[in-house]
Amino acid sequence: MYISVEKHKDNLLIQFKGELDHHSSEIVRQKIDQQYHDHGIRNIILDLRGLTFMDSSGIGLIMGRYKNCVEKKGKISIVNDNPHVDKILKMSGLLKIINVYPTIESAIENI
Amino acid sequence: MERNYMKLEFLSKSSNESFARVVVAAFASQLDPTLEELSDIKTAVSEAVTNAIIHGYEYGEGIIIVEAKIIDNEIEILVEDKGMGIADIKQAMEPFYTSKPNLERSGMGFTVMETFMDSLEIESKKGEGTKVRMRKKFNSLSSKE
Ligand SMILES: Nc1ncnc2c1ncn2[C@@H]1O[C@H](COP(=O)(O)OP(=O)(O)O)[C@@H](O)[C@H]1O
Ligand SMILES: [Mg+2]
Repeated sequence: MYISVEKHKDNLLIQFKGELDHHSSEIVRQKIDQQYHDHGIRNIILDLRGLTFMDSSGIGLIMGRYKNCVEKKGKISIVNDNPHVDKILKMSGLLKIINVYPTIESAIENI
Repeated sequence: MERNYMKLEFLSKSSNESFARVVVAAFASQLDPTLEELSDIKTAVSEAVTNAIIHGYEYGEGIIIVEAKIIDNEIEILVEDKGMGIADIKQAMEPFYTSKPNLERSGMGFTVMETFMDSLEIESKKGEGTKVRMRKKFNSLSSKE
């Protein structure tokens, strides 16, 4: 699992690569929360397009970041085009509270 | 009639989660599953194995057993731990129920297994362990006669 976290037009852009499961989610969580705190940016964009696997641990991870973001009065968005990830997201009910966009640009336009 | 069987035993370390799901997927691939079917199986195995690690063996490492059986175009997967067991299975299966919200668990593990597989059976006894049995039929057209 590899993630890159960077400031992108007043958003914290987090790009995932690899497999997001219970094993990898712990390190990912720490990295995101640290950067979210350090940068002092409110809005988060989670780019899941590089994920080759995700189970319900990913749902827990996204829900947790959603809560942090709401606390800071920020907005969280997801970028995804992967049907497997979409299947899990749909099931989780997350799509009722977080919008999904096909590209980073379209996510930024709608924040 | 097509028949096959495999058994895997490993220590309840989180680094074995990907190992377990990849092994089962590789075994299942002889049924010519679609990419979606394969990813469904991987996800269901990952959920069951993760549960054995974080819930079953919450208080210390133990052995997890994964068995898979192929009968014709169906695969049956068993994930077993000899850990703490589930006191209330009905409650455990409820969507969003988790006994560990502090660990950022979503409580969706059993719901994922139920949705992605054709059937799910849980057998558990407090203090003795848990067996999760799942089945899935493949609709691959290239059935071997
Ligand atoms: N192998 C197991 N051993 C003991 N308890 C388990 C096991 N699998 C599941 N459970 C219990 O069932 C609950 C629901 O499991 P699940 O739907 O996967 O959600 P989560 O893992 O996110 O908590 C768990 O929180 C746990 O209390
Ligand atoms: Mg679980």
